[in-house]
Amino acid sequence: MSTPATQALEHRTTPWLFAAALVTTLPHVEHQPVWLSLLAGIMMLWGGWLWWRNQPLPNRWMLTLSVILASGCVLLEFHTLFGRDAGVALLVLFMSMKLLELKSKRDGMVIITLGYFLLLTHYFYSQSIPTGAWLLASIWLLTASLIRLNGGPGSSFKITLRYAGLITLQALPFMLVLYLLFPRVSGPLWGLPQDAYAGKTGLSNQMSPGSISTLVQSGEIAFRVRFDGDIPPKGKLYWRGPVLEAFDGFNWEPQAGKSSAERIEVLGPLTTYETTMEPQNQRWLLALDAPTQLAPEFALNGRLTATSRDLIVQRQRFRLAASLDYRFNVIESTATLNRNLHLPNGRNPQTISLAKRWRDSSENPPQIIQKALALFSSTDFAYTLQAPLLGQNSIDDFIFQSKRGFCEHYAAAFVVLMRAAGIPARVVTGYQGGELNPLDGFLVVRQSDAHAWTEVWLENRGWIRIDPTAVVSPSRVDSGITSAMATGEPLPALIQIRSEWLRSLRHRWEAANNAWNQYILGYDPKRQRELLSRLGIPDTDWKNLAATLAISCLSVLVAVTVWTLYQRPQRDPASKLWQKALRRLARRKVNCAPWETPLALINRLQTEYPALATPYAHVAAAYLKARYGREPADLNELRKAISQLP
Amino acid sequence: MQALALLKQSLFRWKSDGAAPFRLGQRRVFILPTRAGLLFAFTLFVMLIGAINYNLALGHALVFLLAGLGITGMIHTFRNLFGLFISPGRSLPVFAGETALFPLQLRNDRPSPRMALVLEADINHPVECSLTGNSATVVHLPVMARQRGWLELPRVRLSSVYPLGLFSAWSYLQPAMRCLIYPAPMRTPLPPLSPRANDGNASGNGGQEDFSGFRDRQPADSPRHIAWKASARDVSDRPLLLKEFSGGAELEWALDWALTEAGLSDEGRISQLTGWVLAAEAEHAFYGLRLPGHEIQASGGQAHLEKCLEILALFNP
Repeated sequence: MSTPATQALEHRTTPWLFAAALVTTLPHVEHQPVWLSLLAGIMMLWGGWLWWRNQPLPNRWMLTLSVILASGCVLLEFHTLFGRDAGVALLVLFMSMKLLELKSKRDGMVIITLGYFLLLTHYFYSQSIPTGAWLLASIWLLTASLIRLNGGPGSSFKITLRYAGLITLQALPFMLVLYLLFPRVSGPLWGLPQDAYAGKTGLSNQMSPGSISTLVQSGEIAFRVRFDGDIPPKGKLYWRGPVLEAFDGFNWEPQAGKSSAERIEVLGPLTTYETTMEPQNQRWLLALDAPTQLAPEFALNGRLTATSRDLIVQRQRFRLAASLDYRFNVIESTATLNRNLHLPNGRNPQTISLAKRWRDSSENPPQIIQKALALFSSTDFAYTLQAPLLGQNSIDDFIFQSKRGFCEHYAAAFVVLMRAAGIPARVVTGYQGGELNPLDGFLVVRQSDAHAWTEVWLENRGWIRIDPTAVVSPSRVDSGITSAMATGEPLPALIQIRSEWLRSLRHRWEAANNAWNQYILGYDPKRQRELLSRLGIPDTDWKNLAATLAISCLSVLVAVTVWTLYQRPQRDPASKLWQKALRRLARRKVNCAPWETPLALINRLQTEYPALATPYAHVAAAYLKARYGREPADLNELRKAISQLP
Repeated sequence: MQALALLKQSLFRWKSDGAAPFRLGQRRVFILPTRAGLLFAFTLFVMLIGAINYNLALGHALVFLLAGLGITGMIHTFRNLFGLFISPGRSLPVFAGETALFPLQLRNDRPSPRMALVLEADINHPVECSLTGNSATVVHLPVMARQRGWLELPRVRLSSVYPLGLFSAWSYLQPAMRCLIYPAPMRTPLPPLSPRANDGNASGNGGQEDFSGFRDRQPADSPRHIAWKASARDVSDRPLLLKEFSGGAELEWALDWALTEAGLSDEGRISQLTGWVLAAEAEHAFYGLRLPGHEIQASGGQAHLEKCLEILALFNP
């Protein structure tokens, strides 16, 4: 059956293209402006309606007008037509409008190519396991649409899907080889648009009452750690972030200017570990207190915080070492000490007079510290996320009135008390604790583990860590925030789970996510070099890499080609049985030449081997009947005839 | 142009495939990306730059998967043609000015289908067909018949972009097939009956009176005899039916080259003779044909008609 070939789009191909457009634009609904989703949806519905009613598509000038209008809307919304979000918005709009211009096969090809491109844009927002699964499913559907587009009505729904599945499956080995061996380039090739890393949460370099308790309400993972040896006790897991020294009565900020280099005396064995940081769009690395070895791109900033030159905008892995037992800056510059005694004038008079009274009654700084901690450990003070708002004299309000607060309240109040009593003190922010995932042995530290504690400087002992929260709520430090908080507290649902099997389900899911992050998303130039050297290609210059890549791709190509083109010879069952009979004959030293027909063979047998002629004549007759007749039962006759052969 | 033709000749190894069935081996299936394929490759390149620039691990995976998809698609497009059996058929004669149809049988020997095969003998009239697994189909390739004589099937381009449309595989088929093209008939009144036939027992205007049945209309038949009602009843796309009248069998014409209009060119004369032959056959008459160097004895019937038309088609004045 043949028809004149045509380039026009076949009517029933259109639903495939609509499906392709839908799967590639749908995930963007989550983060694009509502009007944009609505507009794209209306365009698609309109196109679908026209298709359903078999009505003519809108004409060219109308489409041009709507493209201009839509681009104008994007310009108004994003103030640009370039950059990540505006670009994605434009692509989504073009995709929905192209559906109103489906006339030829070429339009269909444009839809599919645009769809493939749109798939890429999803990874700006998420690269999780579900996104990866969506990638495979979408590629399958898009490829099926391509096959339907080019195959015409002859390819049925099921055949099309199965064929697309086969082609996608055959493409996977290429992906694997290229993913592992294609030379990886790290970092952006040029400056990224400003919105490239928008919307990352994490510790900030400021602290005010309420800032950490807000952060704690997020269950997001901040970083994951794998220790080389045993995991230290939870109470020692202080992940050091920015150190805040400047206080204006309300806000705590890091002190500008350089400090002298740290002098750390290591008193205990080193703890080595590897940390995988989630992107936080900040410069510091949350290293275990006190860091002794750092990744090369980091340096300590004089306050024992590991800081990088560049923002950490991607998930990255670092190898680090720490000493849990240490002495830090026993000799400290007077400038630094004076800075850490400074208090804003005229603020918090009650607190200052309380501290002055302590200093007058006892001269010993450790005793003053004990007094302050004893104050917080009294039953009046509560550890809660729902602290009331504080006024102008925030510390006075907290210590003498509300007495309810989260770690930042306690840390701030403690530092103010110490400074007023003449002991240099400062606030340290970071994370405390973490949760061990028993499945993969990674310690998971979340935003909900964000914490603030303090450091005081004592003569001959240097800076020592004092965590006032540990006094107010010892379980916060020993077993984590979930057990430290009463059930009504606004903690994220994810970390509040107290049921055992739900918790183990969550562990499983997070271990899978971690493996995905570590081995698939975290495959970077460094890992590539490691893999290649393990494969026995130690010197990874580009020549070796290109050769390896070419050889691997060629082998895959050959394998897929053979798989695709090889035909298992399909033999008719009757011929198979006939061959079996001929093999029997061959055992009697009678060979049938390839050009000898069955009847010619029988004729020859009759003159040369009369004893064999009759049984073989039966077989030949049955074979001819089975091979060229129409009855399937003839095969049995042939089998019987063969079984009766001498 | 000459150099290009020579290059193509050596590149594609154009030569006649003869009249026997043949199989498309890998040496004669060619493949190149289509325009859509180039667009796809360019898109992949842009996507790769994007994935590197934004450091998207899944973006890399997507680009590599799509690259694999393109390569796999290439193999599958090649497979769509590879191993196809082609057997030339026999084409039926047509008149000049009509479309000659060359039947080619395509046979698919494997269980998977071969879809969207496009055959072009004439670049303006491509024909598309699909084959299910283990099946065969006959494709009729249309070629305009412009002049009488033998019409050789031109080189046929068999191509396919199935399944992904990113690559186009093609092959040139040159089966030795020809179609006899009869001269275009010129409708002019028949010459006077030949004196030999008009010997008394023929009814003067016989062949016009006694209705004897219907037959298919042929191009030279006069529209006066079309059975419109009977034709309308028959919905298939057969030619129109013609009323047939008996009683003409006794007539006999000697259709002679010498009787044709003197002012006509040789081709015109051949056309006129063709018209006469058809008209005489339509009258169910006996007719003979005399051309310089050829003579056919008077006779009637389809075989005689075809013989006469063949002589006229191949006549070399």
